[in-house]
Amino acid sequence: MEIWLLILGMTAITFAIRYSLFAWPNLRFPPLVRQALHYVPIAVLSAIVVPVMLMPPGQGLQLNLENAYLLAGLAAIVIAAFTRNLLATIVGGMLVFFLLRWALGQLPL
Amino acid sequence: MSRFTELRNGARDTLPLILGAIPFGIIYGTLASAAGFSVWQALGMSLFVFAGSAQFIAISLFGAGASMAVLLLTTFVVNLRHALYSATLQPFVRHLPTRWRVPLAFWLTDETFAVVQHRYADAEQSPHKHWYFLGSCLAMYGNWQLCTLIGVAFGQAVPNLAAWGLDFAMLATFIGIVVPMLRHVPQVAAALVAGAVAVACNGLPYQLGLLVAALAGILVGVGLERRRPRLAGEGV
Repeated sequence: MEIWLLILGMTAITFAIRYSLFAWPNLRFPPLVRQALHYVPIAVLSAIVVPVMLMPPGQGLQLNLENAYLLAGLAAIVIAAFTRNLLATIVGGMLVFFLLRWALGQLPL
Repeated sequence: MSRFTELRNGARDTLPLILGAIPFGIIYGTLASAAGFSVWQALGMSLFVFAGSAQFIAISLFGAGASMAVLLLTTFVVNLRHALYSATLQPFVRHLPTRWRVPLAFWLTDETFAVVQHRYADAEQSPHKHWYFLGSCLAMYGNWQLCTLIGVAFGQAVPNLAAWGLDFAMLATFIGIVVPMLRHVPQVAAALVAGAVAVACNGLPYQLGLLVAALAGILVGVGLERRRPRLAGEGV
């Protein structure tokens, strides 16, 4: 039941954002708002990614070579910087991640 | 061009981006299944919400036991970039009746935005460009549902999937989205500040650290950008 409520809420929020300016054909965002919107994905996604890399799920700060999230995350950043290709970053990052976890004996095999 | 040709071309031009969305959809379905979603719930989220990165995060946060308020707030923040798409495409759809604007807005994704913006910029005069928009939407939507189902089936076939760390797919996805955006000092600074503040504020309740960090990153980015002349060709 809670999952369906979650889906309902997410649907309403997502649609409201997408329909925002289609709903009022004459409304425009002020320049400052447009400028700030450009930084939203960068800031939000970085704020999600960095803590998970440094503090893997269920653990504290892990600044060491046993932390596959950190090492594979850095590898993904390098791949993304060089290829600028989303799919290459995902596939390459996941590959490095699973190889590391396998080498470190962290996979449930 | 006729309505049908526009519709078909919209779907055709979206195909390369659909290839990129296939692994997301499958991984999403797999994660949803691992997080305890039923087939209908996993598919329901894809059918009604239809926002890949928000669905990814919601599943991860849900699996980590986050509250409903945090889940919805995060959905809002993560999807806020669509407001920019909505603003950019508005001049091209404002003449359309509501029965067109509502579904086109519902189906507005990163991929469709990229493809459709290109078509609207095309000098060719066509009264049916919204059919191209629709074609792109339908192709993305159909593919997303199909991939969700494949992922759910996969997730149910492989036991103990959650322990494999598939949540790294989300990190790789976000890194792949953000890194190419870091072209100038203000963008890099916004990313670094947001990341550092998020780590520092990790102990705050209700994951408020995410919001504080996002706000700090946006303020630093906008502040730095206003202090220097805008480069030619930068921004939308």
